[in-house]
Amino acid sequence: MAEMKQHTDAHAGGHHGGHTEEHFREKHLMLDPLPRGQMNDMVMESMTEPPTWRYWTVFAILSVIVAYGLFYSWGKMIVEGLGIAGVNRPAYWGIFLVNTVFWIGISHAGTFISAILRVFKAEFRRPFTRAAELMTTFGLVQAGFSIFMHMGRVWLAYWLMPYPNERMLWPNMHSPLSWDLLAITTYLLSSTMYLFLPLIPDVAMARDKSTGWRKTLYKTLALGFRGTEGEWAHLRNAMNIFAFAIIPVMFSVHTIVSWDFAAATRPGWNSTIFGPYFVVGALHSGMGAVIVVLAIIRATMKHMKYFIRPEHFDAIGKLMLIISMAWAYFFFNDYMVQWYGGDKWTKQLLHFHEAGPMGWMWFAMLIFNIAIPWAILWNPKWRSTPWLVSIVGILINFGMWFERYIIIPVSLTINRMPFTWRMYTPGVEIPLGIGTLAFFALLYMAASKLIPLIPVWEVQEGQMAHKLTKYGRETVVTVSELE
Amino acid sequence: MATVTDLKITELKLSEAEGGKWGMVIDQDICTGCQACVAACAMENNVSFVGDVDSGYGRSMHWIRIERFWEGEYPEVKMTPNQPMMCQQCGSATCEPVCPAFATVHSQAEQLNLQVYNRCVGTRYCANNCPYQVRSFNWRDYERPEPLPNQLNPDVTVRTRGVMEKCTFCIQRIHKAQDNAKAEGREVVDGEFTTACAQACPASAITFGRVDDSESLVSQLIKHGHGVKHLEELGTLPNVTYFKGG
Repeated sequence: MAEMKQHTDAHAGGHHGGHTEEHFREKHLMLDPLPRGQMNDMVMESMTEPPTWRYWTVFAILSVIVAYGLFYSWGKMIVEGLGIAGVNRPAYWGIFLVNTVFWIGISHAGTFISAILRVFKAEFRRPFTRAAELMTTFGLVQAGFSIFMHMGRVWLAYWLMPYPNERMLWPNMHSPLSWDLLAITTYLLSSTMYLFLPLIPDVAMARDKSTGWRKTLYKTLALGFRGTEGEWAHLRNAMNIFAFAIIPVMFSVHTIVSWDFAAATRPGWNSTIFGPYFVVGALHSGMGAVIVVLAIIRATMKHMKYFIRPEHFDAIGKLMLIISMAWAYFFFNDYMVQWYGGDKWTKQLLHFHEAGPMGWMWFAMLIFNIAIPWAILWNPKWRSTPWLVSIVGILINFGMWFERYIIIPVSLTINRMPFTWRMYTPGVEIPLGIGTLAFFALLYMAASKLIPLIPVWEVQEGQMAHKLTKYGRETVVTVSELE
Repeated sequence: MATVTDLKITELKLSEAEGGKWGMVIDQDICTGCQACVAACAMENNVSFVGDVDSGYGRSMHWIRIERFWEGEYPEVKMTPNQPMMCQQCGSATCEPVCPAFATVHSQAEQLNLQVYNRCVGTRYCANNCPYQVRSFNWRDYERPEPLPNQLNPDVTVRTRGVMEKCTFCIQRIHKAQDNAKAEGREVVDGEFTTACAQACPASAITFGRVDDSESLVSQLIKHGHGVKHLEELGTLPNVTYFKGG
């Protein structure tokens, strides 16, 4: 590596038309290699440096929000009943399920970036696969919280698990909720394993570079990984299997989530396109969340400006734009087909969406999910600007949350029994929802100090494969065969 | 090879087979909307007293409700007939397949939709999927001040917070009548007993009985008049017939 660096340095300087080497190195992480030891130290330092007072302040505030919003409010609700929430007839499902779908959506982008981009060998994925995979696991934790909050008698939730019992009572496999439970559990387990596998070489590196309790922690996590050829072969094999296998799991999870609605006999829900529509919606909010997380990591953690560069925001920005277009396609497809279907209740419902008291939310959804991403992400300069794309990402997440809100409590307001029509006003759902958000951030903050957020080995592997070579006057990016 | 006509015949046979056992006829033209059925049902079935705040927010728990509608704009308002609405005891109920815990089940013996209170975990999917919106959820533990506990019907369970409940066609009365008949070595006679709502109705707008017995009053009424079943187009095979407009 060092030799290669000298080699490139020696040839740097001259202008030969096209792009100079400096230009390439500044722009692309893969063409800007650092010595292995130095890079390892950088990642170790970003993780082990003592937290600043700002870190502790945010940590304390989030802890208070989690303690009050999540644990106290939930405990209160368990003691007093769902009456303190806003759910009623006809909106039997409220923000709890909005948040469940939202968090599962967030968790989608992690796997998407990591598995699909790994399978397609997209090079820009390398520095942030870990950050995205963490979102999957932590997002699913919040989805689990949200769905358990929703239950009337959560202390009996284990009845939904198929376990042998004296009375031979089993869960009802006709119910989409049973499929949901299986799908989400599968996704949580497989995505956690998929998070863990590429982590092994990094914790092994951390083990070799740390002392004290950290050494014990990483020693346990590294499972005795030494980096022999055999170990690498096994690891690559396992990661390959998981990367391919987790893609259908990811598609099935959000399709099954959509079936909770699509399989119901309700106007506005009983739609055949909900499966792909929800998958794309999940990716939409998930990509938006990834970009926000990356911008925060880049701004707050040491050395991250080296690893996470405008090129990454540019690449994710392009993906966001494409996903936004796909979402728009599915949205209008769903809307048009339902409208032309001519069912009087559905027509009433669609009218209620736009012109009802929550009409502002419907329009905000379209602006945040379609208009703003299209207006900003087409421009390479704008989409490479971290703060600007983060704002777009946050707005997309608002838009997607609104979409789920419109699908769940707003659509439930209108049913085939006009006598029961009534609006939904959230109650304790609000602190509980904010609590899940704070808990997500808290888990992320804790993880940033405990595990390497950058998959160093993956970055180094990419850098080894890429090279700047001179052919005549032209500097050309050459790539050796990957894997 | 099955033809289109064959398919239609099978469908008809299917709906006849699932036609149900117990049914109800409600004559909206003679319903005065006095709510006696609502009160009687609440007393018979130990329905919680929810209070005005929760009730106004859409959390009333009555198993039967009188729906009132009007046509036109004020002051040209015309009332339409009152519409008592309760569980339609569907032959093919949409609430049943969606319960993940098997708390909402179809009874083979009575052909009714049963709610197993102590198996319910409160996902509320059944209530969402009920096109008639007749299921009520225990949002809280509602207070039952003295001396109301003395009025509780010992034949019916008291439900706790977090479970779903709904009209059972007074299944406790069905069982009692069957037990009495069995003890006397005979069949249950039509009109021997009725549900609390039908019993309390001063106008006799509600009639309850066996729909699979062509001699019963309910069957006679159904045959006689131009009854409609609500939202029949959804294929739920409801067992309550409504008469309106003569």
